[in-house]
Amino acid sequence: MIPPMLAANPQLDRWVSFQPDGRARIAFGRVEYGQGTVTALAQMAADELDLPFERLNVVPAATGDVPDEGLTVGSMSLEMSGWAIRTAAAEVRQLFLAAAAGRLGCAPGELEVRDGTMLRDGAPTGLDYWSLAADVDLARPATGAAPLKSRDRFTRMGESQPRLDLPAKLFGQAFLHDIALPGMRHARVLRQPGRNARLAGLDEALIRRAAPGVDILVEGSFVALICASEAEAARAHAAAERAARWQGAADLDPALSEPQAFKAMPHQTFEAGAPRQEGSNRRRITASYGKPYISHGSLGPSAGIAQYDGAKLTIWTHNQGVYPMRALAARITGLAPDAIHVIHAQGPGCYGHNGADDPPIDAAIIAVRRPGAPIRVQWRREDEFGHAPVGTAMLMELSAELDPSGRLVDYTAEIWNTPHTGARGTAVAEGALPGYRAPGQAPQRLMPDGTRFSGGLLNALPSYDIAATRTVEHVIEPPPIRTSSLRSLGGAPNTFAGESFVDELAEAAGQDPLAYRLAMLSDPRGRAVLTRLAELCGWAGRGAAGTGQGLGIAYDRHRNRGAYVGCAALLTVDTEVRLTRLWCVCDGGLIVNPDGAKNQLEGGMVMAASWALKERVQLGGAGVASITWDDYPILRFSEVPPIEIELLDAKDARPMGLGEVSQGPVMAAIGNAVAHALGARVRDLPMTHDRIAAALLRE
Amino acid sequence: MPQAIEFSLNGTATRVEAEPGELLLDVLRGRLALYGARFGCGAGQCGACAVIVEGEVVAACQAEMGGLAGKSVTTVEGLGAAQDPHPLQAAFLELQAGQCGYCLSGILVGAKALLDRNPDPSRAEIAAALDWHLCRCGVHNRVMDAVALAARRMRAKTGFAGAAA
Repeated sequence: MIPPMLAANPQLDRWVSFQPDGRARIAFGRVEYGQGTVTALAQMAADELDLPFERLNVVPAATGDVPDEGLTVGSMSLEMSGWAIRTAAAEVRQLFLAAAAGRLGCAPGELEVRDGTMLRDGAPTGLDYWSLAADVDLARPATGAAPLKSRDRFTRMGESQPRLDLPAKLFGQAFLHDIALPGMRHARVLRQPGRNARLAGLDEALIRRAAPGVDILVEGSFVALICASEAEAARAHAAAERAARWQGAADLDPALSEPQAFKAMPHQTFEAGAPRQEGSNRRRITASYGKPYISHGSLGPSAGIAQYDGAKLTIWTHNQGVYPMRALAARITGLAPDAIHVIHAQGPGCYGHNGADDPPIDAAIIAVRRPGAPIRVQWRREDEFGHAPVGTAMLMELSAELDPSGRLVDYTAEIWNTPHTGARGTAVAEGALPGYRAPGQAPQRLMPDGTRFSGGLLNALPSYDIAATRTVEHVIEPPPIRTSSLRSLGGAPNTFAGESFVDELAEAAGQDPLAYRLAMLSDPRGRAVLTRLAELCGWAGRGAAGTGQGLGIAYDRHRNRGAYVGCAALLTVDTEVRLTRLWCVCDGGLIVNPDGAKNQLEGGMVMAASWALKERVQLGGAGVASITWDDYPILRFSEVPPIEIELLDAKDARPMGLGEVSQGPVMAAIGNAVAHALGARVRDLPMTHDRIAAALLRE
Repeated sequence: MPQAIEFSLNGTATRVEAEPGELLLDVLRGRLALYGARFGCGAGQCGACAVIVEGEVVAACQAEMGGLAGKSVTTVEGLGAAQDPHPLQAAFLELQAGQCGYCLSGILVGAKALLDRNPDPSRAEIAAALDWHLCRCGVHNRVMDAVALAARRMRAKTGFAGAAA
């Protein structure tokens, strides 16, 4: 089977070609945002081509220069893009070996490639990729027929490789935010106070007094302030906020911040799984868990640049994919996609669909109305918190039936959430700009087996052998604020709920949480992960509950098809939770870059620990009311505990994405450790002082 | 009214015409074209724009030019360059202490100020010194390990034997 990404971009030289400077040109449609994707993909290409890493030229992503692989999402890059680049590179290698054999008058099987040169019986032939380049036309579609290297022949994959993008970031360079183009102008957009707000008046004289050189662009309810410097744009924007009168501004009830509010909102319901069994006399246990809206919290507010010369629009972006940005800009500006060129540059970590799409679109809207100068839009911290999409809140009502032995035999997950994906709209509301057509909701996505895909259902069912399972999902439309994809979608919240619940079931059954899990887990890879985790964290020495010190574990198989992950947490609780130590054991299939894998697993654990203990987007007023780091605290250096990570190798040939697999297990491990420490369970995130007190009172 | 403000920037005598109330971050990223100090919040809450002024770590987004006359300012560009990295930068590279990297300029500057006053910090002291700096990717442990590694190497080089027992 030809990999889907290669089928979509079949021409081999879209992926691999040989440059006159003695390097191989390698191109991916996936982009780097600090997760190490491009380095790991380059390792895969280097290995299949038998090239030294230093001889690769990995080209920056830009439309036309790289294959179209859509968005860099879902931790699917190594699996999907990696499969494509390996297949393409293996075929290129095979074509060059055939060409060398033709020149030498021998069979291709007598030849091998080492460091880009062709050897015959281990001896140099004088031929290499570059001297043969004229013999092989790579402007041909891939067949997908060349075999990939087996693991025993790897030379680069499986070795820790320093990241290609990191050095520049340590020497004060690297980011889109640092691009200064000749004649560049700085713009800010006045954001509407709510999606339905309309501009009723603007005192332009007030703005000009604050920023005499400002160019004010008003079209419908879209107001942009265009200035010679960032500082002047800031003054103009601050004045414009006072100078604008709005009709229909939103005034959200802060109570909508809580996931329990979903039950009163319009929604669609989707049921799947085993039929319900009414009238069972088995023991039934229920519990309800909540997770608030969570901000991506990128450290740098998003930025973008656009320049229109009257015919061609060029956009610089740090978003998740240059081709989707081109499609979005075409829709919004009315230009043909061919008239738009999109260049990717490094940005702050996004962890999903944050504000990265928005400033380049703001800039593009302005640029087509002000041709000539490059237009730079730098969002403020308040914009990134207040106007970027956030991860949806979730309410998870779980119900289980235990047989007389206490074993879990029937499981129902009933979930309330807004859509996790599909909202590629922008901060410019439909109706704000005359003629502006906001992108609609993406069409229903299907799983490979034809069932409905929903981010809210990822890991909704625990990763154990359970006789009967079902899901009921309520999807709120429209959401009260902009929501879109956040690292793991519903996966991590669902695992928090499900693995907390499994601990509660073990307690109800009077069994040890580890033994309870192992008794319903037949998959040997999962068992290996849990067993090793128990050894590492000292599970056998776990003390009594209710002492103020807690040890908890949790496990899942990501999306029930990816990596096997177990996490443990050791912590203390007095008025607040204090993490002492965290562990992670992961079988992630084929590990391409072990150090990069550990970095991703650990980063996911720290972020999710922060979600579990601290984070909560507050709604109110025009939308999001928590718009500074004071309103939205995250875990700090003094609060991050030592973390131990171990990778298990089950000799799998397939890599599994690791960017979002550790969050769910670590949140649940923390929840279970808090319950162990307190002798009382906190079911609503974040596990703050007030919620701990409430849980203790309830017991 | 703009005035000529003279200060030392990364060891070089520097003179800029600036309004006294203009922010150092705008001047660095604007007419001085030094992009290491990063805009993160504009409120002194995240540490992404940290610089050292007279030995103290400050937020360049809060420092006004009028207060800098005659003072010494160090940005991440003053630590080292790719060909000649500061031991901190070398240690961060060696331990791959970074993901997106947006926080790293400020953290490197904060770590330099720490090691300047305490060449042998404990993990708790490193955490306390960097506590103002936010990192969203979760590389805190690698960062703390890298700071400790750099400190160890710098002590070995200078013959510093640590505090008397």
